Amino acid sequence: MGLGVLASRATRLSGRGNPSRSLFYVRTIVTKPELQSPEASSAAAAPEPTPDLPPRTPLGGARVHFPNPDDAIEVFVDGYPVKIPKGMTVLQACEVAGVDIPRFCYHNRLSIAGNCRMCLVEVEKSPKPVASCAMPALPGMKIKTDTPIAKKAREGVMEFLLMNHPLDCPICDQGGECDLQDQSMAFGSDRGRFTEVKRSVVDKNLGPLVKTVMTRCIQCTRCVRFATEIAGVQDLGMLGRGSGEEIGTYVEKLMTSELSGNVIDICPVGALTSKPFAFKARNWELKGTETIDVTDAVGSNIRIDSRGPEVMRILPRLNEDINEEWISDKTRFFYDGLKRQRLNDPMIRGADGRFKVVSWRDALAVVAEVLHQAKAKEVVGVAGKLSDAESMMALKDFLNRMGTNNVWCEGNGPNPNADLRSGYIMNTGISGLEKADTFLLVGTQPRVEAAMVNARIRKTVRATNAKVGYIGPPTDFNYDHQHLGTGPETLLQIAEGRHPFCSEISNAKNPAIIVGAGVFEREDKDAIFAAVDTIVKKYGNVVRPDWNGFNVLLLNAAQAAALDLGLVPESSESIETAKFVYLMGADDINLDKIPNDAFVVYQGHHGDRSVYRANVILPASAFSEKEGTYENTEGCPQQTLPAVPTVGDARDDWKIIRALSEVAGVRLPYDTVSGIRSRIRTVAPNLLSLEEREQATFAASLKPEVKQKISSTPFKAAVENFYMTDPITRASKIMAQCSALLAKK
Amino acid sequence: MFGRLAATRLPEIRQIFRQAPPQTSRSFSTALNYHIDTPDNNSELPWEFSNANKDKVKEILSHYPSNYKQSAVIPLLDLAQQQHGGWLPVSAMNAVAKVIGVAPIRVYEVATFYSMFNRQPVGKYHLLVCGTTPCMIRGSREIEDALLKHLGVKRNEVTKDGLFSVGEMECMGCCVNAPMITVADYSNGSEGYTYNYFEDVTPKRVVEIVEALRKGEKPPHGTQNPNRIRCGPEGGNTTLHGEPKPPPCRDLDAC
Repeated sequence: MGLGVLASRATRLSGRGNPSRSLFYVRTIVTKPELQSPEASSAAAAPEPTPDLPPRTPLGGARVHFPNPDDAIEVFVDGYPVKIPKGMTVLQACEVAGVDIPRFCYHNRLSIAGNCRMCLVEVEKSPKPVASCAMPALPGMKIKTDTPIAKKAREGVMEFLLMNHPLDCPICDQGGECDLQDQSMAFGSDRGRFTEVKRSVVDKNLGPLVKTVMTRCIQCTRCVRFATEIAGVQDLGMLGRGSGEEIGTYVEKLMTSELSGNVIDICPVGALTSKPFAFKARNWELKGTETIDVTDAVGSNIRIDSRGPEVMRILPRLNEDINEEWISDKTRFFYDGLKRQRLNDPMIRGADGRFKVVSWRDALAVVAEVLHQAKAKEVVGVAGKLSDAESMMALKDFLNRMGTNNVWCEGNGPNPNADLRSGYIMNTGISGLEKADTFLLVGTQPRVEAAMVNARIRKTVRATNAKVGYIGPPTDFNYDHQHLGTGPETLLQIAEGRHPFCSEISNAKNPAIIVGAGVFEREDKDAIFAAVDTIVKKYGNVVRPDWNGFNVLLLNAAQAAALDLGLVPESSESIETAKFVYLMGADDINLDKIPNDAFVVYQGHHGDRSVYRANVILPASAFSEKEGTYENTEGCPQQTLPAVPTVGDARDDWKIIRALSEVAGVRLPYDTVSGIRSRIRTVAPNLLSLEEREQATFAASLKPEVKQKISSTPFKAAVENFYMTDPITRASKIMAQCSALLAKK
Repeated sequence: MFGRLAATRLPEIRQIFRQAPPQTSRSFSTALNYHIDTPDNNSELPWEFSNANKDKVKEILSHYPSNYKQSAVIPLLDLAQQQHGGWLPVSAMNAVAKVIGVAPIRVYEVATFYSMFNRQPVGKYHLLVCGTTPCMIRGSREIEDALLKHLGVKRNEVTKDGLFSVGEMECMGCCVNAPMITVADYSNGSEGYTYNYFEDVTPKRVVEIVEALRKGEKPPHGTQNPNRIRCGPEGGNTTLHGEPKPPPCRDLDAC
């Protein structure tokens, strides 16, 4: 201890450079005597018997998972011993020990490149600094992360990286959340020695979502690895060599991946930034709200960044079980739809066919009046694909009190089967798909229906060479697959054991069957599910006590909760004879089926398709403006939180229905969200255990006998245009650009 | 006061001004790293290995395990370049990508990395002047100037008759016979393809070589200095005249 203090004093004294030296040259970089001879200073600091180091916590939730307890090894990070499993890298060991190593190219979900050299650390008995991201930790390794060697190495690497990096932080959209900016503040020198001309690189056109300023690129190749490994579109590459090296596509090509927006997040500098967000805001001005995405049934965890009443951008949140740390382009960029085509006042269509703005009191009175005139069985309610569980509960309760049970959620088909929960959710779970080794996709194109589920399947296929069989219309996959057929007869062949793919299923350890929710709309859906059940029964390995490989991939955020809450219509033809139709955000139902003399109430947030048919419009708030429960396709309920205020006079969906019930004289017994949730507890208690998946018990034997015949109509694509599936995305300009440029012809 | 301060710190100030010399541009060794569609180079053009070369492709692929076909990318690109008159259009790279079963971008990455893959048209005789230090000291710049002046082209430009183009290459390992040029002969397709070194050249000699090539002759490659045998010294050996003595410990019994 005394020695160390002495040594540091000595170095400090000699470190005060003599004044005469500064006359002769400008010191361009800080160098200290202890940096000149690092061995001496490390020798001086050698006696390090510090027995009581402060306990350290692993960084960023770094978890240590020991697959085999015998494989644990012990390494020392700055003298602090950590136990890690064999095969971990030095950088991961440092993370477990709570030491943050600066890095640019290393990303824990991508392969290791080791080309930025920022993660250099000193390892005892190693002659040179070691790139910690690529070096496996060995037993007893003594890693030093804060020695002069490590510091000097980082400073040198940073100087090289900044050599060709433009000094345009004030006009760079990454400013404030830039890895290079942060790390050059923390580890860089305050001056550089590079006096040549900086290089410049031609910007690439990657499409309407990703803006490129390639001169800022530091060649970490994260985007190349992301495109190749996770997005599965091999478009990006590293071209050229040496200082002429650049990222590009060589032949001009747009990045046609549904996950391309994620390269914005992984780019450590401002080379790839969001085009719609360009020059709109600085990240420190934004308020982040942790919420849930509703554009598909995955329920990706997102953060809505807002400034005042405006949603500025959407970023992913980490959720290992659902979306890892990626989100689809639709989720990331549809937010501008929240600003367009909004309904902000209650309106009634006058005799001239034009809408007139009225007060809430008048609008509700008119609706209640018409509702009382209609016969109970002529009243129909349809919940839209973006509805939350609370409002669907209120809608169902309200219409039940009016004496009808003709209420359903769009997308679930005319005759949904809500009796067995295992029959409509993804029983394996999204993260559970990683354990599967054979997939049978029936009438589903996960790439457009649920991009994050597709990313999971791709991850599994890449990691374990899992087999994928696909029944449905020809579509593009970003992994190897066998196209077994286009229609249900192929499914029958598998069920009867007449198909070569049968052996794949029977030999598989964990087969997973995924049925698309597009099947719900088919006439013969019961027969198709019966055929799938036959496959499940035939091959005992699909559903076992420890593995449930029967999955339904839903399309919309509202579907699972609607089925949990029992939004099942009494008769499947009710809409054809309806006199009063209550559309709660339902825009994708067939409006031609509604009789001409029916009175249509549209309650929703966007002036989309149904508004053209509506007689009364009740403005509601969008998912970004309310607190609501959504259950995703794997049966995991999650809550959205209000990020921005509502538009105009809009109200939460459930509040409108609650108010309407009072005007109609059938007052619903709840006036708070917690009240409505207690009501949900009596119907579907699983919807209240947030972020916990409640497993559904699978009981194929409980299913009734199906007498339906399978038709030979081939499966149809459930999603025509990935970028436009719901009222918000249809109102979005960015999504329109994407559909025009990126959607496959 | 400022004057005194400036006077004491004059050397520093001078240093600062000296550090910012007028600089024009920085040149890079490689050509453009992205593709621009032209009538003779776009992905729409069909491109295939010739029938004779298809056998060669098979032969090349047989050198690699069937699950590592992508290892053949460099020999296949080389073959494609020989077949296509010394340069690789983007459709040829796509054809190679198809043969080895990888995404085209993986082939573009390789082709842009190596400077011996030309992505712009070259002459039938592509003359590569070594520009690395030993050759430069021995006068490679004069040689390049002589070639460019004689042919009336700029670097990487093809003569009007399509016969010659001049490029620069980094060290080709002939420093002992510096300066040197390489002649990549694409005039006879991949069958008659040669890649010959002409060493110990002089500005006069390179012009003679060019003229000989223009006449269709094949000038002798290797050193152009008549007094040297390969890379031996001028006028014969000056040392190592006899058989070298064996190392003393070779004869174990004698030790």
